[in-house]
Amino acid sequence: MEHDIVIIGGGPAGLAAAIAAKEAGADDVLILEREKELGGILNQCIHNGFGLHTFKEELTGPEYAARYIEKARELKIPCLLSTTVVDLQREGGGVTVTSVSRQDGLLQTRAKAVILAMGCRERPRGALNIPGTRPAGIFSAGTAQRLVNLEGYMPGRRVVILGSGDIGLIMARRMTLEGAKVLCVAELQPYSGGLKRNIVQCLDDYGIPLKLSHTVVDIRGKERVSGVTIAKVGQDLKPIPDTEEEFECDTLLLSVGLLPENELSRAVGVELAPVTGGPIVNESLETNIPGVFACGNVLHVHDLVDYVSQEAAQAGRNAAGYVLGRRASGGEGIPLVPAGAVRYTVPCTVDPARMDSEAVVRFRVGRNMRRAVVTLKAGDKELLRKKRPVMAPGEMEQLIIKRDWLTGSEESLTLEAREEE
Amino acid sequence: MKIYDAVVIGAGVTGCAVARELSRHEGRFLVAERAPDVCEGTSKANSAIIHAGFDAEPGTLKAEMNVRGNLMMDRLSKELDIPFKRIGALVVCLREEELPKLRELYDRGIVNGVPGLSLLSGDEARAIEPNLTGEVCGALLAKSSGVVCPFELTLGLGESAAINGVEFRFDTKVSGLRWDGELWAVETRSGDILAKTVVNAAGVYAGELHNMVCEDKLHITPRKGEYCLLDKTAGGHVSHTVFQLPGKLGKGVLVSPTVHGNLLVGPTAMDVDDPETAATTAGGLKEVAEKSGWAVKNVPMRQVITSFMGLRAHEDKDDFILGESVEGFFDAAGIESPGLTSAPAIGEHIAKLIAEKLGLKPNRSFEPIRRGVPKVAEMPIAERAALIEKDPRYGNIICRCEEVSEGEILDAVKGVLGAKTLDGVKRRTRAGMGRCQAGFCSPRVMEILSRELSLDLTEIRKSGKDSQIVLDKTRKEVSPDGA
Repeated sequence: MEHDIVIIGGGPAGLAAAIAAKEAGADDVLILEREKELGGILNQCIHNGFGLHTFKEELTGPEYAARYIEKARELKIPCLLSTTVVDLQREGGGVTVTSVSRQDGLLQTRAKAVILAMGCRERPRGALNIPGTRPAGIFSAGTAQRLVNLEGYMPGRRVVILGSGDIGLIMARRMTLEGAKVLCVAELQPYSGGLKRNIVQCLDDYGIPLKLSHTVVDIRGKERVSGVTIAKVGQDLKPIPDTEEEFECDTLLLSVGLLPENELSRAVGVELAPVTGGPIVNESLETNIPGVFACGNVLHVHDLVDYVSQEAAQAGRNAAGYVLGRRASGGEGIPLVPAGAVRYTVPCTVDPARMDSEAVVRFRVGRNMRRAVVTLKAGDKELLRKKRPVMAPGEMEQLIIKRDWLTGSEESLTLEAREEE
Repeated sequence: MKIYDAVVIGAGVTGCAVARELSRHEGRFLVAERAPDVCEGTSKANSAIIHAGFDAEPGTLKAEMNVRGNLMMDRLSKELDIPFKRIGALVVCLREEELPKLRELYDRGIVNGVPGLSLLSGDEARAIEPNLTGEVCGALLAKSSGVVCPFELTLGLGESAAINGVEFRFDTKVSGLRWDGELWAVETRSGDILAKTVVNAAGVYAGELHNMVCEDKLHITPRKGEYCLLDKTAGGHVSHTVFQLPGKLGKGVLVSPTVHGNLLVGPTAMDVDDPETAATTAGGLKEVAEKSGWAVKNVPMRQVITSFMGLRAHEDKDDFILGESVEGFFDAAGIESPGLTSAPAIGEHIAKLIAEKLGLKPNRSFEPIRRGVPKVAEMPIAERAALIEKDPRYGNIICRCEEVSEGEILDAVKGVLGAKTLDGVKRRTRAGMGRCQAGFCSPRVMEILSRELSLDLTEIRKSGKDSQIVLDKTRKEVSPDGA
């Protein structure tokens, strides 16, 4: 089998990328999706709040997904469902995609371009090395969400949540609405990793305490969780002795971070960035492997699906440009260097010779800031200065670089965020 | 009432090995296990090493069984269709003044009859294992050391026994033992089991059982060891099992690739009172991380995917206790390291004693071959494609991290000793053992178990009877008028 563009993943990123690629003139696009439906994780996100930026209305997850699924259907974009990609290898000028499924068996598809849209997974308990027993009743928040929203079963009745990522906050409310008692949400950092609106709407509105600078230091229970111990942590994030507090509960939900799922990217030789865990990409969202693009949560973890869709559309257009011979590949580009509170940028390089009239740069800061100022500089020359009253690690930021600002001879561009003096 | 020739108490690696060796004889044999599956105690959480045999004092049962067990492993792994790799081990010495101890270990190995031993300089050791620290000043290389999967070894032995007619009774805790002058009555919640002989392979409970019937008391101390398991991306950090020579700094920890390509670091060693202990501690996990760095540099502890704790059944006399302790009561007790390696030899030893005592005839239809669950992801492309074409369920991926298909999970559930729990599926197929630690596959595996075992999802357990995964159904839909 041969296709111009193969898109791995039919969640919000894969769908938007496929639609944009097709609309940009790439006719032969195929989506491979491991679930039996398109839509990805949106299908289990039955709460509303999706699409405010894109559609100017508040949709549920499945409603947001449906808009893209319908569009993909209208454009007659083929997709193989219940199909898991198990390997990616460079071959000739393209990539061979190996997938398996019940209905089609083992397939090897030759693609001129590939768009990585595999999303992310949740960090498990083991990665945190939380001491204690290993009973039933410990779930990552997303697994619990699937059990409640898709399967119709309750993971537990008395719940402690570790981590204040958005899924944890959403699940605090969801479990409460289903009749469970959520005792508290403990967060290691002195700030929440989730959106402010979720803290208000999911915790404050239900009287669920958020314990910042706290973590779980022990899990009890032989067969099923019977309790957890929570302790305050110091500035070094280490538990402070004699601050332990015991909670009797049957369930511990973990919302302690999302990890871009890049095993396939690694297999094909894509270079990953240590901070994001996602591919290193240029302004076209192309990786170090020509014709392999990345977008959505596999590239870096997003807070809003609207931004995933925007980013993915950009990847889709560029992949179309690549297969139609309209967009050059590779090249050095000008490195974008994060400074001050900026933790990372996507993309990592910008090539003025290739870029459209504008390039979007997405980034996050590493701490809570008030009266912040963001600057983009080429050497001493300030290209952009933006004031931001509040910045938070939980909220993704973006700015636009205009091609007109660049001469092409810049050695690097520095993106910095700091408090106003 | 049915009278068994032998009842084996405990379905760990020792009990299953004894059972398989017994089934080479004609007779009625039964394994009674308190847990719902094989491999639920000491056998499930250990270093998974097939030791070469230089460690134990010459003349001990540990030395004898270790060397013999190691020799048996190649054939066993083929017969039982289980993974086993002779990757070799390095015992590294970190201080010049302790080099004589390394020599002692070498000499002891030679006396014990261990093949493939050699002494290396620090540089020679670093040449074959580049991530050893600069402190390593000498090493003992043991080429016959290997790694195995303890679950698959135990299950393979157990299923092979079952194929050859041994009965298994799970969720069957032995509460007492009575000898009536001719037969043993093994007391369980579901009534007595009558047997001519009893084998005590009860791991950390072996002392308790032994002391029920023997004057000469055993004292078994559960010794706790904590481990960290790292992602497969870290599995190539070392290519041998790296032990530290016990020295001034203490015992150290091992760093080893596992047979499935992860990296294992541990264990700590701490005596505990409670044989039910299963908790890791902050101190223990910190110790593992610190000590791993003594011999091996830059162990990527950020890639830990899980940590666990195992118990070793340490007997005061520091040797295995094997043999007929009172009339018809056979001990396979005090089985701590190198117990996993020794199990096949212990099985042979105990079965021989019983066969001689009872005058059992050889079982001429003994079938040595047992097939495990196929590892579809490891197959060559064409073979995998053909298998999926034959049975499409092998193309439906359930566990994404370890790439386990529905077909493999069904094989595990329908196997000779079929999986009934999430842990049972995990140990047979590796579904849930990967980097996401079952976040993705557990609801999917639960659905398959529910369908195949005709159970509601609320009845699906992780392992023991009180380990339900989900507790209730969500609320019924509420109509707009609130009714």
